[in-house]
Amino acid sequence: MKTFFSELFKKANSGFWPIVITLGFLIVGTISVYQSPRSLSAFLTLMLCPLLLYFMKINMKIKIFIGLLLIIVILPVLGIRNIFYLEVIFQMAVFAALALGLNIVIGMAGLLDLGYVAFYAVGAYTWAIFGSKQLSLLHSIPGAAPAGAEFTLSPTYFWLFLFLGVGLAALAGILLGLPVLRLRGDYLAIVTLGFGEVIRVLALNLDKPLNLTNGPQGITPIQRPPLPPEFIIGPIRTLLTPIVGRPPTDAEFYNVFFYFIALFIIMIAIMVATRLEDSRIGRAWTAIREDETAAIAMGIPLVRMKLAAFAAGASFAGAMGVLYSANRTFVSPETFSFLQSIGVLTMVILGGLGSIPGVIFGASAVVILNIQVLQNFSLYLSELRQSDAVIPIINFAWKDLSNQLDPAKYQKLVFGIILVLMMIFRPSGLIPAERRKRELVEEKE
Amino acid sequence: MSLLQTNNVVKRFGGLVAVNKMTFSVDEGHIVSIIGPNGAGKTTFFNSLTGIYKPEEGEILFKDHSLIGLRPDQVSARGISRTFQNIRLFGSMSVIENILVGMHIRLKQNALDALFRSKKFNEEEKDAEQKASALMEYVGLKNVGNELARNLPYGGQRRIEIARALAANPTLLLLDEPTAGMNPNETEDAIKLFRRIRDEKGITILLIEHDMRVVMGISEYISVMDYGEKIAEGTPQEIRKNQRVIEAYLGRDAASSKD
Repeated sequence: MKTFFSELFKKANSGFWPIVITLGFLIVGTISVYQSPRSLSAFLTLMLCPLLLYFMKINMKIKIFIGLLLIIVILPVLGIRNIFYLEVIFQMAVFAALALGLNIVIGMAGLLDLGYVAFYAVGAYTWAIFGSKQLSLLHSIPGAAPAGAEFTLSPTYFWLFLFLGVGLAALAGILLGLPVLRLRGDYLAIVTLGFGEVIRVLALNLDKPLNLTNGPQGITPIQRPPLPPEFIIGPIRTLLTPIVGRPPTDAEFYNVFFYFIALFIIMIAIMVATRLEDSRIGRAWTAIREDETAAIAMGIPLVRMKLAAFAAGASFAGAMGVLYSANRTFVSPETFSFLQSIGVLTMVILGGLGSIPGVIFGASAVVILNIQVLQNFSLYLSELRQSDAVIPIINFAWKDLSNQLDPAKYQKLVFGIILVLMMIFRPSGLIPAERRKRELVEEKE
Repeated sequence: MSLLQTNNVVKRFGGLVAVNKMTFSVDEGHIVSIIGPNGAGKTTFFNSLTGIYKPEEGEILFKDHSLIGLRPDQVSARGISRTFQNIRLFGSMSVIENILVGMHIRLKQNALDALFRSKKFNEEEKDAEQKASALMEYVGLKNVGNELARNLPYGGQRRIEIARALAANPTLLLLDEPTAGMNPNETEDAIKLFRRIRDEKGITILLIEHDMRVVMGISEYISVMDYGEKIAEGTPQEIRKNQRVIEAYLGRDAASSKD
């Protein structure tokens, strides 16, 4: 069975087949999503394209062309027809960046960090506090905000805060790193878990004496960066009107806008992660993961390198935190719970510890599973419940099915099962990490 | 002038004195061995030299500068490289990357160079890669640069460890039982390699070894340790005849009944 599939894959991955298959998926996916914007299978077909692009042997230029076509033209256009897809991709990008950051800390440097979401919170609250009316509400009681409060900063400051968020998160990474430098393995995991909770509890309680975070109610509204000026948006609107069937609204443009910002950040994150991995610093991180004693004996300064890993990993989360708070216009401590950290960890492990394409795939898979597959399954079950259908043979009427059995409520169970199954069957992940093959002079003999 | 000089180095673990008043020196350009029965404190002494342990007393001078209180990476930066008794390679990195890690302190690139792939970065990486390949060939490995280190046979792993240590451009190379587990042929090759390292690269070598053929064959000078103390030192000929050494190795009774 296994050989059959690998043979099949080999055959599909030679000659002109790769390009035919990839284009086939692209075209079929695009048309079916266009026809039925709510269909999950149509969307999944389209989402297979990036994966095919990654695995298939196609000329690099064609690959890039198809990729750009998909990202810049197809997805935004389809996304305006069904805003939900843009939301899915936005979340995929956010979590992929988080997974990439966590991958630096856990996958490359081997430091088990269970409080990673704290850095996400640092980024989110950075823009939340300065990009909302919170600064003029410092002396008021949460929930009793006086009317007429003003936004402190203009929304264009968002761009500056994107960088500030990165910096502050990196700083938080170093602050966490300093006390835990001597710890390894389980002990490190416990302390980082604690740190994650400390940040969440701080967000929960910093509504007095100064009302900085507005406590459990969270901060809202948070400003969004202004849309590009009308002379850019206008032509696009006219262009899109016939395709979408109506002129897209500003709200829809905002979704596309955030989609592009998220993609831009994830591109940078991927670039930073790959380039750092393949340098003196990345090698030092891996060496530390493999054998700390040997690494330090080879002249690698453990302290500096571990702090660098914490800072680099945290900075990714910081950037996405700022973006997230602007996108949602709302942050609350709820979002940054321990389970969120575990969720990101699941993505990293599912994709493959230390593997950059792996963790991106892991993040995408978990997001789709989470907000699409499970939801759809729940929807399907509830439809069955309302119908008169009966399972034959055992004579079970669907409407007797308990309301408790709602797959969307079993997210954590599914995460848990994924983690256990991965550990048993594929401990190195779905797309395992590979060392770069170098063209060495000696091998040219 | 001696390259490495230790005076009365003491390392204790609780009540156990693992290294006791070790006074010892290594001259530049020599191959020096430390021998002794298992548990004599040889590896502990090595670890004290390289900063992994902090000795309680005594001083360690390398090129006339004290090494006491330095971290292992700082000791390594001063020009002391080492291998380990139980091979400690970075198993899931490729062979060439293992050697590149050894070059860590020599490379000058920083994070920004890596992010922007500056000219300096590209040149340095290429240069490092070439040097690493050359080192691999120097220790007698061919066409394994892209293999994962853990997939190499035992003898190969020993060689990578030596190549990795050489990659740091050391003045002094510490080898901890480098031929343990090798067959006679491999041992023979290893001896040649050590000689070449000293003769061609001018690197001083200090080794811990159990195999007497290796020790007697290549050392200019031998120190013998037992129960944490130096019980003898001298040239191989002197050591071979030394009564205390024979006793330490064979036990007092066996040594006396031999006559």
